[in-house]
Amino acid sequence: MTGNIPITKTYKLFIDGAFPRSESGRTFSVVNPQGELIANASQASRKDLREAVRAARSAQNTWASRTAYNRGQILYRVAEMIESRKAEFLDLLKSGGVNSRTATREVEESIQRWVWYAGWSDKYSQIIGSVNPVSGPYFNFTVPEPTGVVGIIPPSEPSMLGLVSRLVPAIVSGNTAVVISEGHSSLTAITIAEVLATSDVPSGVVNILTGDQTDLLPWIIGHLDVNAVDISGINQDVDLTILEEASSNVKRLVSRKVDEESLELISDFLEMKTVWHPIGR
Amino acid sequence: METSASKDSSAIEDFGIDYAPAIESTSLLNIKEKYGLFIDGDFLDSSSSNSFKTLDPSTEKPLSEISEASSADIDKAVKAARNAYEKYWMTMSGAVRARYLFRIARHLQERSREFAVLETLDGGKPIKESRDVDLPLAAAHFFYHAGWADKLDYAFPQRKVEPHGVVGQIIPWNFPLLMASWKLAPALACGNTVVLKPAETTPLTALLLAEVIKDVDLPPGVINIVTGAGETGSALVEHPDVDKLAFTGSTEVGKLIQRSAVKRNLPLTLELGGKAPHVIFEDAALDQAIEGVINGIFFNQGHVCCAGSRLLVQESIADHFIDRLQKRIELLRVGNPLDKNTDIGAINSKAQLERIDQLVKAGVEEGAEVYKPSCSLPEKGYWYPPTVLTGVQQSHRVAREEIFGPVLVVQTFRTPEEALEKANNTPYGLSAGIWTEKGSLIHWMAARMRAGVIWANTFNKFDPTSPFGGYKESGFGREGGMHGLAPYLKTKRKRSQ
Amino acid sequence: MSTSTITSVETGLPIRVTPVDEVSLEARASSLATRSIKTTSKRAALNLSIRCIDLTTLEGADTPEKVASLCQKAKRPDPANVDVPQVAAVCVYPEMVEHAVEATKGSGVKVASVAGAFPSGLSTLDARTADIADAVRRGADEIDIVLNRSAFLAGDEKRAFEEIVASKEACGEVHLKVILEVGELGSYDKIRQASMLAMAAGADFIKTSTGKISQASSLPRMLCMAEAVRDFTYHTNIPVGIKAAGGIRTAKQAWHYLVVIAETLGTDWLNPERFRIGASSLLNDVLLQLKHLDSGYYSGPDYVTVD
Repeated sequence: MTGNIPITKTYKLFIDGAFPRSESGRTFSVVNPQGELIANASQASRKDLREAVRAARSAQNTWASRTAYNRGQILYRVAEMIESRKAEFLDLLKSGGVNSRTATREVEESIQRWVWYAGWSDKYSQIIGSVNPVSGPYFNFTVPEPTGVVGIIPPSEPSMLGLVSRLVPAIVSGNTAVVISEGHSSLTAITIAEVLATSDVPSGVVNILTGDQTDLLPWIIGHLDVNAVDISGINQDVDLTILEEASSNVKRLVSRKVDEESLELISDFLEMKTVWHPIGR
Repeated sequence: METSASKDSSAIEDFGIDYAPAIESTSLLNIKEKYGLFIDGDFLDSSSSNSFKTLDPSTEKPLSEISEASSADIDKAVKAARNAYEKYWMTMSGAVRARYLFRIARHLQERSREFAVLETLDGGKPIKESRDVDLPLAAAHFFYHAGWADKLDYAFPQRKVEPHGVVGQIIPWNFPLLMASWKLAPALACGNTVVLKPAETTPLTALLLAEVIKDVDLPPGVINIVTGAGETGSALVEHPDVDKLAFTGSTEVGKLIQRSAVKRNLPLTLELGGKAPHVIFEDAALDQAIEGVINGIFFNQGHVCCAGSRLLVQESIADHFIDRLQKRIELLRVGNPLDKNTDIGAINSKAQLERIDQLVKAGVEEGAEVYKPSCSLPEKGYWYPPTVLTGVQQSHRVAREEIFGPVLVVQTFRTPEEALEKANNTPYGLSAGIWTEKGSLIHWMAARMRAGVIWANTFNKFDPTSPFGGYKESGFGREGGMHGLAPYLKTKRKRSQ
Repeated sequence: MSTSTITSVETGLPIRVTPVDEVSLEARASSLATRSIKTTSKRAALNLSIRCIDLTTLEGADTPEKVASLCQKAKRPDPANVDVPQVAAVCVYPEMVEHAVEATKGSGVKVASVAGAFPSGLSTLDARTADIADAVRRGADEIDIVLNRSAFLAGDEKRAFEEIVASKEACGEVHLKVILEVGELGSYDKIRQASMLAMAAGADFIKTSTGKISQASSLPRMLCMAEAVRDFTYHTNIPVGIKAAGGIRTAKQAWHYLVVIAETLGTDWLNPERFRIGASSLLNDVLLQLKHLDSGYYSGPDYVTVD
């Protein structure tokens, strides 16, 4: 008899490699286009956000100091693992109202994004960096470095490709991320978190909060220990004056379309460092 | 002349470092009594008829009356820039734009002495610096970027690039002409037109540059120069038809500009303040390190956003190093900026002098010890002696806030880890210095210091090919090099891909 | 090199030899060379330059008459102007010392002699110390010897050091100048080390060059040595003198050296007891500059004596 009652998944938050419930104890309902309840997802609070940022910060140095080759391998491994869970992602996307053909393409493209950016890990600094011919006896070079802790507000649609397109170019260079996902796309986000939790991506490199963007946005925009925020998925009806607080620590704000993959999207979360040294005997 | 000379010959004076005055002549200057706003290729009166005075900070003597641009004038300037963008600049090939930039570079080289003297007079910096640093670099920036104008495709492979259109630029008073060049040259090379606001205390070289712009026949409206203070600046920032903003100045004002720009999703670059750590390890080439520290903090009276204002010296050599540093500071010549032997000139303005004084007093109240050399300062004008604060702790205001004056704070460290931790413990991240003879330590430190420019075994070096800009609250975007072009362009995916 | 230490024979204290950064050092020297020396400062610099000159003739063809002529010039550089001071010393080979002593007697102009297998220094130590003792016996007030670059560059710093100690002994009370021959040392690090070594071994003066090779004195090399002197004096309280020689021909070059000394070592070094310029043709250029200052007109080579 029990076989007829499916076990539904509890969607929790993903912070520092663990899956805690929101400290607030609150959840929100995720429904399908027919209005049927699919899940009660955790609704993250600003304190959950604080924990997520703390985890991201403490993971950042070690993630950035992995060799580029190693980061590339780890990201490629994520692609392999999503590939093996394709069916689950397809079902999730379809439960959000995406037709089967579109869902298949979205999953394929999402996997390809991981692969594409994984391959960039040990190449972008050769394209973006430079040796600069200064007019003097100095060796002068410019290298890219990760910005630090990045907040990511991915677009809700397409839910999987939207998140992957914004997350992977940010972390490939050694940034760590705090993602804020809402609505039905939260389910995809947390499922990706499950992939990450069992992958080789170190704890804290990616943290995923689900809940209400409007609740959390001011706190991540104003957080002094967040270096950049990707606002590509900011809701149309949000009052943009909340972005003013980005100036509290001169935070980098980035907004991009998700329909492309590009080296520039890696650059968005890089700082260029220039080093001078004399040439002499 | 001859009689006085032969009179002198009987008394043999001792040669010493109190060199006889060697004053650069101001006779080649032609400062007008009043300057208008440079809009659409001509000097116009401000619509409000408001004006302000610009002073020689070393004497407090007024030099000229400067028009203050109102928001109506800003509107006029933006319209002129828009018109010039659509009518001339957008339609010209990169090669033609390059020709104009090359011409500006040459004119700056040819009139270099005149510009240098004017810069020193209006801003108070020593003539040897405006002559040997500001002017050659300003010309070099135009020269370097001229060459980019027709090669932008090479800098952005697989992308289609386009200028933003009209760019608003606001520059500070510490390197007036040089900052104008840093801003104008890449903007124009990338095909934008510009409305530039110089700082209110140092407008004269930008206005002389306006003459050069006329002389080289740059199409009217491609560069517009609007003078004024904070209100003029915010009118430019708020103007709805500006497509991109670039600002160099204090972090405080930069934050206000960012607040305004984010709401409109307006492209922005900010080059803001700093509190650069200058780290001296015990194995360093100490004599050169001392010169590096001196240059790091006293270059341009310390009015330098990337100044090495926090000296971190390894405890094992700290007493010796600080003693030697103080002896070296005794030799600095503070005085008339036009004297070719002056090392430290005048503080740029009364307001800045008060800020420096207030911060140093705060440092003393918090327990820092002050060292100032025995030099005498002129009676008139704004002056502050080179100053070293020792016994400074990480929590002291003087260790955290940008002083923007000739004031060095000294702290010590024991290990590379401690040096790094102290170096990075600041919201700023513009520049940093390292002195050690150990190559691997340089790379270890350089890779970990959170700053956009790292000078190892040197300091305060600049070049148009070398990207400059900050991490964290020191701003974003780069100026100089290939990386400095990106902020002045929109890029799109190439369809042919 | 990285850091090493050297121990002074007089104080017994070890002193760290700090490394030198070539680019910054040269930039500092260039910056000092932009000092603008005008009017009263120029006159003072010209006069001081003369007072610090070691008027030198070191030719195989030197004769007693040639030396006598040189000494006359040393005592009275400008016969037409008594205000022009005399030079510090004349510098000759040992064979010429007695003639020079005779010609300068009572004038205050000192007699310096090169000695110790000048300019290579590559004879036995006994022969070199005998040469020094001989020059002292002939009446030299000052002895200029060369550093044993062969030993120094081969890594036998101990031998180079001990030879200077032995030479100093041979000098007795007479002042010893040690020529580093900086153009043969290959780097500023080596110049710094050699300077420290020579001072620690007891040199009263360190000197740039023999003047016998093309790579002689230069402003940054002088600066490098002056920084070494500053450091040595800081640690030992022994004020070692410094001498530039080789290739200094114009008054402007001379005042660049004075500026380097003044701004590195301080005004205490601006006198013949602590600073010398070894030169032959420099004196006439300084005299021409002085005439220009006096008259306001540019002078010409016919108006100074060729000796």
